Amino acid sequence: MRLPTSRGPVSGGLLELLNTSPAAPDTGLASALRERTAAALADTADIVKDDDLQTALFLAYELRYSGLHGVDDDWEWHPEVLALCAAIEAAFEQALRERASVPDLPAPGVESVAAALFELTGSDTGPSVSRYLAKKATDEQAREFLILRSIYQLKEADPHTWAIPRLRRHAKAALVEIQADEYGGGRFDRIHAELFARTLRGVGLDATNGHYVDVVPAITLASSNMMTMFGTHRRLRGAIAGHLAAFEMTSSLPNRLYGNGFRRLGYDADVTFYFDEHVEADAVHEQIAARDLAGSLATDEPELLEDVFFGAAAGLYVDGLAGAQQIEAWTAGASALRVPQSAAVPA
Amino acid sequence: MTEPDAQPTARPATRFDDQWDDEPDTGAIEPVSITAYPNGPLLVRGPFEILTPTGEVIPPRRKTVALCRCGVSSLKPFCDGSHKAIGFRTEQEPPAPQPPLS
Repeated sequence: MRLPTSRGPVSGGLLELLNTSPAAPDTGLASALRERTAAALADTADIVKDDDLQTALFLAYELRYSGLHGVDDDWEWHPEVLALCAAIEAAFEQALRERASVPDLPAPGVESVAAALFELTGSDTGPSVSRYLAKKATDEQAREFLILRSIYQLKEADPHTWAIPRLRRHAKAALVEIQADEYGGGRFDRIHAELFARTLRGVGLDATNGHYVDVVPAITLASSNMMTMFGTHRRLRGAIAGHLAAFEMTSSLPNRLYGNGFRRLGYDADVTFYFDEHVEADAVHEQIAARDLAGSLATDEPELLEDVFFGAAAGLYVDGLAGAQQIEAWTAGASALRVPQSAAVPA
Repeated sequence: MTEPDAQPTARPATRFDDQWDDEPDTGAIEPVSITAYPNGPLLVRGPFEILTPTGEVIPPRRKTVALCRCGVSSLKPFCDGSHKAIGFRTEQEPPAPQPPLS
């Protein structure tokens, strides 16, 4: 991914440090970054919406995915970068635990956990970006929607894949069954991230991973960061399983509306196929995720039951905030991006 | 800290247990399985074919498919999640074993 621009002292300090060699890091830059991070964490009004801290975490995490242009890959496991992640993660996780509405926990069984997850996701009454897209969105708003989605969807499924080696038995088999489908059953042109890239290109947007990082708000980065945090910590394997379940369980019906929205705006199957594919795929995945993944995991490891529901509730919370922010901007006639892209010329 | 594999599990035996735990691969042909998910679709796995009423094969888009059983999917025969919107409920218990057809 190309390097994003700084959004403050922490992301700026990290960019400076990453510009040096991990074999001989500049100790002055490293200690300044530690101090700035501690200060930013002490001062932040809301870590979930903090541009500087979420950008820094997103940058550090990208080293675990596609890497950063011009940055030495050895930074991925460098103690300075890991320390920065750990400091931001601790505060981010704490904020999510305080705010996510975890329901009363069911008994740890396949049936009970699946039923409680369907109850939780079915009672999610957040603002509906999908209904807005289907009925009201202008062409420009629909393109903003794709730009916002591109941050995660161009690496769709990757954060949850981290969990595969951390699961056992039925939960592992279930996650593999879902992820194999996310990756197109081994066919490049069916990989969901590739289908999304096709949609972006179909409306004249850039499908390069991370191309739009600089223009999206902090909450969009937080949504992606949350998944990477859950996926890359073994301790949080319950949360990443619950997150995937909630994500899949709130996907098939909205995707039908997204597809309808783009059809209403005059786009053809080249653009809408991604959404239509997800109506069918996620109707399969949600069953497997709720019962065979989350239900089995909570049965095999009952001590993870609470985190399964934390992960599900945190996902609904963060994506609810992101959706509310979009609808609020659009209904006020404003852009949902930090930097409006209306001047962008379609390819 | 825990070792999940060492713990007894309260989970009832499933097709996976039958297929993998008790019977290692013997090279036998994998059967088609159909699993009824409570309040939801039928999930079909294995070497299946789905045909139109006139016998044409509906090309499968994935290895595991979900078939609608609430009747309101817009993608029939596949599930599109609509059963949730209409509050579709299935019976709690699976049907009692039927005598095989002669």
